[in-house]
Amino acid sequence: MSNAAYRDHLGRPLVAVTGMGVVTSLGQGIADNWTRLTAGESGIHPIVRFPSEELSTRICGTVDFIDVPAPNAVERSFAFARETTVEALAQADISGEFGGPLFLAAPPIEPEWSARFDLGDRVRSDQMNGNAYEQFLAVLRETPDPAYHEAILFGSISERLADQFGTRGLPVTLSTACASGATAIQLGVEAIRQGRTDRALSVATDGSVSAEALIRFSLLSALSTNNDPPEKASRPFTKDRDGFVIAEGAATLVLESLEAAMARGARIHGIISGCGEKADHFHRTRSSPDGGPAIATIHAALHDAGLTADDIGYINAHGTSTPENDKMEYLSLSTVFGDRMADVPVSSNKSMIGHTLTAAGAVEAVFSLMTITTGVIPPTINYDNPDPAIPLDVVPNVKRAAQVTSVLSNSFGFGGQNACLVMTAEPA
Amino acid sequence: MTKTSHEVVVTGIGLVTACGVGGEVHRDLLMGNAGWPEAHDSDNFAPYTVFPLPEIDWSEQIPRRGDQRQMENWQRLGVFAAGLALDDAGFKDDAEACATMDMIVAAGGGERDIAVDTLIIEESRKRNDREHLLNEKLTTELRPTLFLAQLSNLLAGNISIVHKVTGSSRTLMGEQGAGVSAVETAYARIAAGQSSHCLVGGAFLAERLDLLMIMDSVHALARGPLKPFWNEDGEATGMNLGSAGAFVVLESRAHAEARGARIYARLDGVQGDRGQREEGHLEQRLDRLGAETGASEAGADTLVFCGASGIRELSARERAFFTDRFPEAALRTYGAVVGHGLEAQFLTGLTLACLALDDARPVRPMAPGVDAETSAPADSAIVTTIGHIRGEGLARLSRVPQSQKA
Repeated sequence: MSNAAYRDHLGRPLVAVTGMGVVTSLGQGIADNWTRLTAGESGIHPIVRFPSEELSTRICGTVDFIDVPAPNAVERSFAFARETTVEALAQADISGEFGGPLFLAAPPIEPEWSARFDLGDRVRSDQMNGNAYEQFLAVLRETPDPAYHEAILFGSISERLADQFGTRGLPVTLSTACASGATAIQLGVEAIRQGRTDRALSVATDGSVSAEALIRFSLLSALSTNNDPPEKASRPFTKDRDGFVIAEGAATLVLESLEAAMARGARIHGIISGCGEKADHFHRTRSSPDGGPAIATIHAALHDAGLTADDIGYINAHGTSTPENDKMEYLSLSTVFGDRMADVPVSSNKSMIGHTLTAAGAVEAVFSLMTITTGVIPPTINYDNPDPAIPLDVVPNVKRAAQVTSVLSNSFGFGGQNACLVMTAEPA
Repeated sequence: MTKTSHEVVVTGIGLVTACGVGGEVHRDLLMGNAGWPEAHDSDNFAPYTVFPLPEIDWSEQIPRRGDQRQMENWQRLGVFAAGLALDDAGFKDDAEACATMDMIVAAGGGERDIAVDTLIIEESRKRNDREHLLNEKLTTELRPTLFLAQLSNLLAGNISIVHKVTGSSRTLMGEQGAGVSAVETAYARIAAGQSSHCLVGGAFLAERLDLLMIMDSVHALARGPLKPFWNEDGEATGMNLGSAGAFVVLESRAHAEARGARIYARLDGVQGDRGQREEGHLEQRLDRLGAETGASEAGADTLVFCGASGIRELSARERAFFTDRFPEAALRTYGAVVGHGLEAQFLTGLTLACLALDDARPVRPMAPGVDAETSAPADSAIVTTIGHIRGEGLARLSRVPQSQKA
């Protein structure tokens, strides 16, 4: 291969994916997840982590099968990320120090209520003055609590990943809301294109489902209340969709310059050929009604990849199942894809795994690459009442065999942060 | 090729500290005759000292009341400081430039509703079904919009809404390291030609009991009346949190010159790292960061804007490293006059360094008796921040000669 074969249309290094790992409510590991995802199974279940009978939403897609030493968001998010990274590095056949930068999408951290109750119990009666925090401070002034401190630092997840896997430099911990997973991949791609490194580790994890997290989204009317049966709740693109299902998960992608990957004989799962982003200034929780920023994000990703909408064979949708997202996403896609829209399959992984929030963009990138390598498009399940205003080929209910060489994956976040990725098959 | 290196310059500054609002106020404090005010408050959060927000008219940068109401003070402070930086760079009313401008924000989390948390804790002392109590109270007492004021990425989200900066929006987290990563990421993108202009910054609000609690859970905070930053043994005397909103506009030099922008300084290099700190590992990393950013060429015309956190021994090591490696360069302990601003700490130092490099006067000492007097203006600056638990970063900036300024 000539040197040009390792570079893209702008002369930048092509960025290959050489290892992947994933955890969702469907299970641990790519094999399990892919089998169940393509079988149209749902991982959504009743909440068991905390009592929910008095709540309007009583279902979720939490990951409850990975052991954690303490039940908090830092421990869970770290454990998921560790597991997916172990899987990804094994798949990439990389052992020892990773030696490249770490880009981690992680949920914003707050103390757990169990920790607040515990602190509250340590307040003596003579310290019960002022508000809860003044009381907590009185307790902690007497006896420090480094474990508590570590459990509420935003930097503690990437710290442990960096130590365990030997990444290089100061790891980046980021949040672009529901687009975070895609942003973590974008940062890795940028670093390789900058020539700063030959390889990067992009990880996205979210183990932050708690009563307070769920209630906050509930108060914004963002969550589905189709509690019974749980597996029917997430209904992207249907007429009776009523919100997303809060979920957990993680994914890791090992990114390498194609040249470095080929030089060491690594297996190539695909190329991250384009990344696009564009922020929205319309509203804190709602997208511009004209879809302008989402359209600009899709265009930016296609442009970055040197492709046009005509080149895309499958769209892995953001598809949250909220009334607003799905409508806006259709408007944006149909604007970009025009007459071809009806011919391009568009499916939503969230119909089965719910919205894994911080992890979603990376989890869905892994599944997008699996579509390229296996020739199977996972379905959009629960599509039994199509929204006539959204005439998409959503790959309804049953997987489809299709040779796909280019995938567009969308992530549109709360707070107006949008990111899209274009993934393509290994160059012939 | 990908390694084409574009020069990165600073063309806008937005700075709010306890000492005042805006770059010019801080320029006077840095180099004027008045000296730094005693801006701390040792009473309201006793036994802790904080450097509180100065008086701010939010409407100057957040004109719509509705926008102000959707935020609490942490986000307001960041949005306000971002507006100052955009104004200063001449981008405020340039809708097209803002629509293509990249943005990287270093953020923690927003304010909690302390009254609701207190109510739940008080009730929990009377009840055994705490998880049900939680559901009951959170469902009925939480203000729906408060979630948006708490979300880390909504500081950037609000900057997009208020100032229309929408080229991209990324929020980095992780205490002091977030500020280092924000500058490092923006620098790398501009240097590689991936971005032409980028708003970078962070905000921190010291007057928050929930944050004081986090920091004092490891006894990081100083107690009692404010003490001098350094004691006679060369150790620091404890951390005092300081409110700060610090934003800069970074641009490729070509982009800045093409629009005739004022250039404060050139950012020559910036890098962060982390790892175990025992047995000299911290100093080894700082040596490497110094070599790779160009900071190790420091001489008598270099000022070290030292972001020491105030943690006793850790800050002592930070100071010893710089006085040992760069004996000719004078230290400027900025935490002594504005407190410690976690995610905003590195950016605060960076903005102060830019003001110093844009002025013809020498910079006054900040920690009397330790920061050496200088008689000439600085031609280069090193900005440091060493996280109280993890993460460290170093930037080098240099003066852009008057003749080369647009």
